[in-house]
Amino acid sequence: MTEATLINPLDTLVDQFPSGWVKKDERPGYSGFIVEREHLLEFARTMRDDFGFDYLSMVTASDYLAEGKFDVVYYAYKTIGGPALIFKVQVPREDAVVPSLVALYPGADFQEREVWDLMGIRFEGHPDLRRILMWEGFEGHPLRKDWKEPFYEEDVKPYKSRWPEGKPVNADDRNPFNDNVQYPTGFDPERWVPEAETLLYSGLQRTTHNEEFKTDELIVNMGPQHPSTHGVFRMVVSLQGEKIVDLKPVMGYLHRNHEKIAERNTFLQNMPFTDRLDYTTSMSNNFAYALAVEKLMGLQVPERADYIRVLMAELTRIMNHFFATGFLLNDLGVYFTASLYAIEERELILDIFEEISGSRMMCNYFRFGGVVRDVSDEVLKKIHNLVYDRIPRKLDQFDAYLTNNEILRTRCEGVGVLTADQAIALSTAGPILRASGVPYDVRRADPYSIYDRLEFDVITGNHGDIYDRYLVRVAEIKESIKIVKQLLRDIPSGPILAGKPAYQVRVPAGESYGRVEGPKGEMGFYIVSNGKPNPERYHVRAPTFINLTSLAPMSRGEKVADVVVILGAIDIVLGEVDR
Amino acid sequence: MKNFGKRFGVMSSLGVTMGHFFNTYIVDLVKGKKRYRTTEGIEARRQSDTEGIFTIQYPEEQLPLPEEFRVLPFLVYDEGENGEKNLRCTACGICSKVCPPQCIWIYRATDPATGKPSPHPAEFHIDIDICMNCGFCAEYCPFDAIKMDHDFELSGYTRGESHVFGLDTLMKPVSYYESIRPANAAREAAARAEKAKPKA
Ligand code: SF4
Ligand code: SF4
Repeated sequence: MTEATLINPLDTLVDQFPSGWVKKDERPGYSGFIVEREHLLEFARTMRDDFGFDYLSMVTASDYLAEGKFDVVYYAYKTIGGPALIFKVQVPREDAVVPSLVALYPGADFQEREVWDLMGIRFEGHPDLRRILMWEGFEGHPLRKDWKEPFYEEDVKPYKSRWPEGKPVNADDRNPFNDNVQYPTGFDPERWVPEAETLLYSGLQRTTHNEEFKTDELIVNMGPQHPSTHGVFRMVVSLQGEKIVDLKPVMGYLHRNHEKIAERNTFLQNMPFTDRLDYTTSMSNNFAYALAVEKLMGLQVPERADYIRVLMAELTRIMNHFFATGFLLNDLGVYFTASLYAIEERELILDIFEEISGSRMMCNYFRFGGVVRDVSDEVLKKIHNLVYDRIPRKLDQFDAYLTNNEILRTRCEGVGVLTADQAIALSTAGPILRASGVPYDVRRADPYSIYDRLEFDVITGNHGDIYDRYLVRVAEIKESIKIVKQLLRDIPSGPILAGKPAYQVRVPAGESYGRVEGPKGEMGFYIVSNGKPNPERYHVRAPTFINLTSLAPMSRGEKVADVVVILGAIDIVLGEVDR
Repeated sequence: MKNFGKRFGVMSSLGVTMGHFFNTYIVDLVKGKKRYRTTEGIEARRQSDTEGIFTIQYPEEQLPLPEEFRVLPFLVYDEGENGEKNLRCTACGICSKVCPPQCIWIYRATDPATGKPSPHPAEFHIDIDICMNCGFCAEYCPFDAIKMDHDFELSGYTRGESHVFGLDTLMKPVSYYESIRPANAAREAAARAEKAKPKA
């Protein structure tokens, strides 16, 4: 790092490079820089080493079919805080190859694989460029604009067949094997052998025979159906005795191409779909999506709505952390006692969500410019009782129950360690990053909504192990309580929505990225609008998906029984990982 | 006490579990039988100061549903004097346009005399297998004609029976709507009256 990291050099950035390497992105509504692909590696290295953009938060791509090119989009941040560095590489559709940044930012690993899988952009130099979400026999790249799904009707909703002459079709009767189902050339289901499994196993690190203990090498598939995986998730582990030599996660069993669905939807229609990403934190997901679209629309949210939003986001954090901690204990083998203690408060919070939004988990509570309905004084009273009485009591109980429990400590301390440098390089976010001692919290690093007025501490750990992740989560509940108390004290009265409720919103052309500090890490939405009622590109930065990049580095060298706990401490939800 | 916890962590943990265990009996003894299967008992068990057994034993007991609770839309009709059912829906199509999974099909009626579209639905279908209970249709209907229901016990015995609901299943009287959502219904009625006023 040099002095340049301390000042903001982005205005003069173009001049720092030989001419033609970098130019400003001057399309209306766009920002950031366009880098020539030959110089991408050089550029990224300079930005990381000399400018301090050490945290590559998001990698994605969008398909500009009419112009015949792809944009590969990178969002990098400094872990000391501040705005994003956005850079893009443009490649023609017929020659979609970009140098891989995995060597510089290991956290790009899964994200580049995702872009390859869904968009078909090849990353040269990627160590393990396989499909990640789609199955290995899949033909085509579904996020390309010219790809059509089997039940394709029209490019965008609303579909014309619904009104005014709508005749229902039973979903069971629709035939998926219509024109736009594609097969690889020469495909014969009888003779087809997926080579991806072979590739997967051969990609694992192996060790040679251990003479001392006479242990054998073994490859174990944990999952996809395994009670410890929190869903349908598979870990392929190569073992030497009980010790993990290498691990590869396999995911995508719950993939439904959320992003493609979203690009068919109108902007508003996506709101309830975001609930279904991480179904335990639907309020936070709503929040991030609303922020992204509001940024494009230039909407100002009324005071009261802002307070309500943050209130809901913090309640979500409280309940998520209880849940995560409880289920971490499950993974440790405490069967259900701990998790049932932990979800009592969650139920009480869900009662509140149900009362204001109509649903316990699929809240669909945020609208562009505010929230859908006001919070009554009785509900505020309920929240008051929770944060002043019930939850602090429960935390004390948790403390007595868990914090000094020798069994918990022995199993968690020093297990699954991630150093601060590793955590940053692997683009982890949320409690994982902070437990490794990096005080990075979007609420402080890049404040949104009213967080700049609120007083709270960013909690960090010292050791980056599972025990610290537990401590960070519990301490974050305390901070959230602090925030909720301030909100209850200061919440103003007034409108809860800017303008009139509208089912069609006009979103000016351009791109935007809205992010919040969700309970599991940075939750972000990257939106490109072309001025039409539907988003041109919609991408979710799913925190748990990216946090999983750190699973293998954390597990190597640990015992096989611990990998369950390491996974549990990441706190994944497959609805979000697989999208 | 604090130091005890630090030195004997496991003991302290077991103490918490034991405390929970005995507490359930103590609370039950103190509160008596009315704690279970009574409305007050259920209400008391979901307050923030509740202790002891927490679980509501569905289906013997049921959590009270808040007014805003939503599952599946239905169509509201006003009851005429002679028992006729006047659907409020004008077949404007907004609900089917806003519906995220596109599970509403509306066939607009035509006036037999003129052959022009008339503001009634001839057919109205909702595929409840696809409906994601988002509530948008009810939220954006300009005529208060489609509303979200409270009835969530929808399981059937066969897979084959049609889950595409037509007008016969979807229509429910306004009195039913008022019974499940009194506050909303009153507010909307007041707003409609307000709107009608200046014209008169
Ligand atoms: S929005 Fe209301 S009035 Fe219009 S078609 Fe739907 S139910 Fe009928
Ligand atoms: S509740 Fe949502 S998904 Fe269901 S019919 Fe209404 S708009 Fe469609």
